[in-house]
Amino acid sequence: MPRLEGPVRYRGGGFTPSERAWTAAGTLLGLVALWQAGASAGLIKSLFLPPPIAIATALWHLTLSGELWRHLSASLARLGVGWVLGTAFGVSMGLAVGLWSALRSPGMAVVAALFPIPKIALVPLFIIWFGIGEGSKIATLAFGVFFPTVIATAGGVDNVPRGLIRMGQSFGLSTWAIVRTIILPGALPAILSGFRVTTSIAIVLLVAAEMIGAEQGIGAFVLSAGNLYDTDNLLAGIVVLSVLGLTVAWVIGRLERALLAWR
Amino acid sequence: MTIGQMTTGQMTIGQMTTGLRLVLRGVSHAYRDLTVLDDIALTAEPGEVMVLVGPSGCGKSTLLGIMGGMLAPSGGSVTVEGMVAEDCLNPLTYVFQDFALLPWRTVAGNIELVLERRLPRVDRVARVAEVLALTGLTAFADSWPKQLSGGMRQRVGIARALAVRPACLLMDEPLSALDAQTRDLLLDEFSAIIARAGTTTVYVTHNLNEAVRLGQQIVVLSRRPGRVRAVIRIDRPLAERQARDPDLLAIEENLWRMIRDDAAAAERERIDAPA
Repeated sequence: MPRLEGPVRYRGGGFTPSERAWTAAGTLLGLVALWQAGASAGLIKSLFLPPPIAIATALWHLTLSGELWRHLSASLARLGVGWVLGTAFGVSMGLAVGLWSALRSPGMAVVAALFPIPKIALVPLFIIWFGIGEGSKIATLAFGVFFPTVIATAGGVDNVPRGLIRMGQSFGLSTWAIVRTIILPGALPAILSGFRVTTSIAIVLLVAAEMIGAEQGIGAFVLSAGNLYDTDNLLAGIVVLSVLGLTVAWVIGRLERALLAWR
Repeated sequence: MTIGQMTTGQMTIGQMTTGLRLVLRGVSHAYRDLTVLDDIALTAEPGEVMVLVGPSGCGKSTLLGIMGGMLAPSGGSVTVEGMVAEDCLNPLTYVFQDFALLPWRTVAGNIELVLERRLPRVDRVARVAEVLALTGLTAFADSWPKQLSGGMRQRVGIARALAVRPACLLMDEPLSALDAQTRDLLLDEFSAIIARAGTTTVYVTHNLNEAVRLGQQIVVLSRRPGRVRAVIRIDRPLAERQARDPDLLAIEENLWRMIRDDAAAAERERIDAPA
């Protein structure tokens, strides 16, 4: 018979990763520093990959000349309008699909059929429908944002505990009051995490749409710099897109913290 | 004074008396082929507490759902008759086993939820303050539900129910999710609140001690399909009942003898429907 003796070995713990904001910023800065060091040491040819300082200089000149703001403002306007439109229709459709049997299967069938289509492939069609100007670009964005929003919202509505809805009914709340005070706040976490996905999709589609028949916008700027093999300006445009993505993610993070304090 | 406006579904307005009487006639219910309730006839008398006890799966919660209009019975009818107070916002009001609090609303916000668009703001604030004081929650008005213990959460459930000035309280195992000590503490509070409010109360529990502490009428249901096996009356006022009263303990013992075999059999049954 085996004999046990001695202290009990600790075998719990772990699996609880924590957030360390400074390591996030530190990693990004470290990578840029490494890149610059490699370029300064002559290990990375500037024709191959321009060093961070060259990109920063390009950005500085673009800012001073006002060119950056001209492109960025055009992009931000498209992004804002397209994303808001796609989100408004998407949340409405997601609620409808989540609430009414009559719309559920038909709605989800349409979403399942159209969601996987790369929206870029539809840009020529949008140009025919909405014109070469702002219409087609906003439509591309809105269309791309719409489907994931529907899916996130419908999933959120499905996950609202039925017991809470029954509680609302048992106190005689109207259907609209139940939607407003129980279903929407209950689905909000899912809708907000959908925002993280849809804002990224929106930025990708924005650049793609601006590469087809646009004179202004970060996408058009990156495309024209690329055509000239002006890699400094090309990467400056890409840095702007990266910062844009980070800013939007930060705003959503703040929004989550403000709206979901109860969690 | 107005008559309860219960004209939907199986409910009709009855004749006037003081307080609300809830009458069940031949109520049956089946989920697909599985009969859970069979020909239940009961009357909850105005201002009295009717306790429903029985083995698990006997359909007591289903019956409570039918009483408040949350489930449509397969057969039979539920009728209310009597006068309700002028300021009653929701005559038949539930207290839930799982509390059913909105996690994104504070304690005060959860209570305000059921008053919104029905009372002017000033009255709403006053009503919330009143029920918070009644349940000892005043200091917790701005807390989130997740910050409260189970007992405090159920106090919020009670406060919310009282805020609408109910004519009839329908309590679905309100203490079952709590630990034994909290349950004893809350049972005393419930007893006092129910006795003072004077509402008609239907209280579902599987705890026989709660049954003898609270019930004027204790209805024993049989195992599935639930039928009324016995109705026991205890006329002593709630305020005069103590946890260890020998006569109450004797009744509790008696109830357990009635339920025991059914409970043992029910416990060995599959929960889903027999094929």
